[in-house]
Amino acid sequence: MALNHVSATVNGDRVEFLCETGHTLLEALRDELRLTGTKEGCGTGDCGACSVIVDGRLLCSCLMLAVEAEGKSIQTIEGMATGESLHPLQRKFIEHAALQCGICTPGILIAARSLLERNQNPTESEVRYWLAGNLCRCTGYHKIVEAVLDAAREMRGG
Amino acid sequence: MSTMLKYQEKELKIVGTRPLRPDGVDKVTGRARFGADYNLPGQLIGKVLRSPHAHARIKAIDTSAARVLPGVKAVVTRDDFAEMPDEYAAVGEMMINFRDVTRNMMAREKALYDGHPVAAVAATSESVAREALALIKVEYEVLPHVIDVVEAMQPGAPLLHEDQYTLGVKPKPDHPSNVAKRLEFGRGDVVAGFKEADLIVEREFNTKPVHQGYIEPQACLASYSEDGQAELWTSTQGHFVFRAQCAKVLQMDVSKIRVTPTEIGGGFGGKNNIYNEALAIALSRKSHRPVKMVMTREEVFRATGPTSGANVKVRIGCTRDGKITAAEAELNFQAGAFPGSPVAQASMCAFTRYDLANVRVVGNDVTVNRPKVAAYRAPGAPIAVFGVESVIDEMAKKLGIDPIEFRLKNAAREGTQTYYGPKLGPIGYVQTLEQARAHPHYSAPLGPNQGRGIATGFWFNIGNETTCSLNLQEDGSLTLVLGTVDVAGGSRAAMAMMVAEELGIDYESVSAIVGDTSTLGFNFLTAGSRSTFASGMACVIASRQVIEKLRQRAAKIREVPLEAVAWKDGHARPAGGDVAQFAPMSLAEIAKMAGKTGGAIAGHAEINAQGAGPGFGVHIVDVEVDRQTGSISILRYTVVQDVGKAIHPAYVEGQLQGGAVQGIGWALNEEYVYGDDGVLQNPGFLDYRVPVASDVPFIDTVIVEVPNPNHPYGVRGCGEVPIIAPMAAIANAVENAIGLRLCEQPLSPPRVLKAIDDAAAAKG
Repeated sequence: MALNHVSATVNGDRVEFLCETGHTLLEALRDELRLTGTKEGCGTGDCGACSVIVDGRLLCSCLMLAVEAEGKSIQTIEGMATGESLHPLQRKFIEHAALQCGICTPGILIAARSLLERNQNPTESEVRYWLAGNLCRCTGYHKIVEAVLDAAREMRGG
Repeated sequence: MSTMLKYQEKELKIVGTRPLRPDGVDKVTGRARFGADYNLPGQLIGKVLRSPHAHARIKAIDTSAARVLPGVKAVVTRDDFAEMPDEYAAVGEMMINFRDVTRNMMAREKALYDGHPVAAVAATSESVAREALALIKVEYEVLPHVIDVVEAMQPGAPLLHEDQYTLGVKPKPDHPSNVAKRLEFGRGDVVAGFKEADLIVEREFNTKPVHQGYIEPQACLASYSEDGQAELWTSTQGHFVFRAQCAKVLQMDVSKIRVTPTEIGGGFGGKNNIYNEALAIALSRKSHRPVKMVMTREEVFRATGPTSGANVKVRIGCTRDGKITAAEAELNFQAGAFPGSPVAQASMCAFTRYDLANVRVVGNDVTVNRPKVAAYRAPGAPIAVFGVESVIDEMAKKLGIDPIEFRLKNAAREGTQTYYGPKLGPIGYVQTLEQARAHPHYSAPLGPNQGRGIATGFWFNIGNETTCSLNLQEDGSLTLVLGTVDVAGGSRAAMAMMVAEELGIDYESVSAIVGDTSTLGFNFLTAGSRSTFASGMACVIASRQVIEKLRQRAAKIREVPLEAVAWKDGHARPAGGDVAQFAPMSLAEIAKMAGKTGGAIAGHAEINAQGAGPGFGVHIVDVEVDRQTGSISILRYTVVQDVGKAIHPAYVEGQLQGGAVQGIGWALNEEYVYGDDGVLQNPGFLDYRVPVASDVPFIDTVIVEVPNPNHPYGVRGCGEVPIIAPMAAIANAVENAIGLRLCEQPLSPPRVLKAIDDAAAAKG
């Protein structure tokens, strides 16, 4: 089986990789590019652990073929912190104990950042519905919602 | 030094505060390595062929075509594993039988459930491995199957194990049965007790199996070397227990296997047992290459966990003024394909919130053609408590007594004799009930179609084998090597806090890690809410050893007698009084001189922690029922729980909130759906619906602290109690909202709507 050559931009870096036609973007990120911060929880788009941003759009990387990434710009959890400083959402998640096992955390952070880019002042309800595609089995979501609201507050400068 | 340390009240500087967890940054940056994140050069991918039948005799397995497929490096079947005799070992609060472990990881005579492994391959890529699986020919003789627990108990039901005779029945039955074991617990005279009753309520309940639902599927990487040693990286709640299980089924020396626990993406009891681990080692042994095996979500649902579904009958009698005179329950639990449901734990938890003179509980452990059940957070207890707390609620209502008042009238207290063995020590049940009653939630107004329910839970909590090492480094910083896996709750933080508190130093100067199996002696699983209790005890013992050595070194350096040296606030200081005066020495100063004063300083603990303190909790929930759709909304939720001592209150809150929401999912949505063919129809998160963020409100928490006398900081453990009460509390709230007592879990919209429609039709 001939492999496909794909060129894309990941977290601002130009990357190239080879993939099988049936491989998902998630498989390419994890197995070819060794960016294992993006997680697989279900492989069917139901849990959100593999959330990434492709050309500004939040999606499940398990539902996108790797070959479709050609020419696209992809943002993953590995690109969220800037140098030594964590993104406010990352910091607030630690401070609010909004993570336990941490397997859903990268996907939730990516999704939450995508929310705050669109809505700087979300209500509790808006946070809950925006994150409804990201399963967390440990926290009961309480501290996650608190952390997102607190990060939004800080990012607004209040 | 005694291995068990008693509670001592003292002024605390670190315990009870909320420092940041040491695994936090790695988990928010994607750097934390979970099971599937490990890779080795030259690794192969292992995949499992699974039975498509619920029950079938395996007549032949032909792997010849798969073996010659280019890229396939090894194939294993039942022929590659030794037959195991009956031999039992503890796993969490539950027992396993190695005869069954070896059959569950790879079917032998029969496939016993949809998803039961029948062969495994290792190949150069996942796509080649999948192609190879399709080439394996298995000749099945399909047999009649049984899924339902009540049907499985009937004479003439399809038998899973032809040699299984019900244990616990005398004389030994003539015929084999799916009832693997019958248990009975009790005290007093229930017949006499019911005669004294003015009110008797009897109800039957049914629950479906639910899965632990950890977001990280099982994943492992094994490397077997030609010198007979194996390394294994795996997502586990207990790497020592996994090592023991692999060594046993692979007939290897325990010391030849080194297991490193990865970060674990949730377990909740579901990662107490091996599934692919021994297969991966066997495939690596055969292929001479490392083998990585990661389950798909479908495999997780079809072949791991879940907890039991059950049929529960409860009968309780009480006097006119609400004093319980007798209580009886029959618990029929699905064990899955092999014996070992948590029916014993459920039996013991059913009524142990009440001080009862007359109790009888009968439990049946029943094999059915479903995956073998695994522990799930307070195994069994939520199922029994759903029945018992529903009946208690109905009795209180019938007598016009406030439900908390009814429970207080009958509450277990210090000195209460349980019906399964011990007398209860100091416990906080009454305090949790009183705090729940005083909480503003309990008296807040409700609207139309809204209702409030409460329910209570009890869990034993456990201790068990635990080890740790505390290494003082040459600059005065410390490395704490733990043997209990931090399954998510933040135990690395909690342990470092206790060490820092003991030594009188900053939390940040203690680095807590989980060591692999070669670094420490045996540790039991992180299960039974034992970690902060047992591992915390070990850490305190190790800390006090280090303090003792620090005092000795300081005495040597300052040339004073040992008794002249006290340890306070991270310094060796003059003990005061008439003994010698000297300039205090900091921990770092002593550490820097350790090489010249006798070598490195370390503390170790190897204990079997005893004296775990039982935990009790009360949940209050408000629901709104949509009469048009049958959908239930959770409006408000409060958890009140006695944890003994919250070492890190934020992480304790997280346990109470997470447990409650898992319970909400159990109550409202989650269930295994099987077709008539015995095949699981919803092996994915789309159709097996766990709670999402928009399903739940904030979960308010009230932490009650009645110290456990058998822990230096009073810790009881807290992880399991919070999942026990939700199912009953929600059913009680629904009854309060619409006047209908629902006894079938889950309370999903179709079921609620049917109950509403049936009630309307009955009224005419």
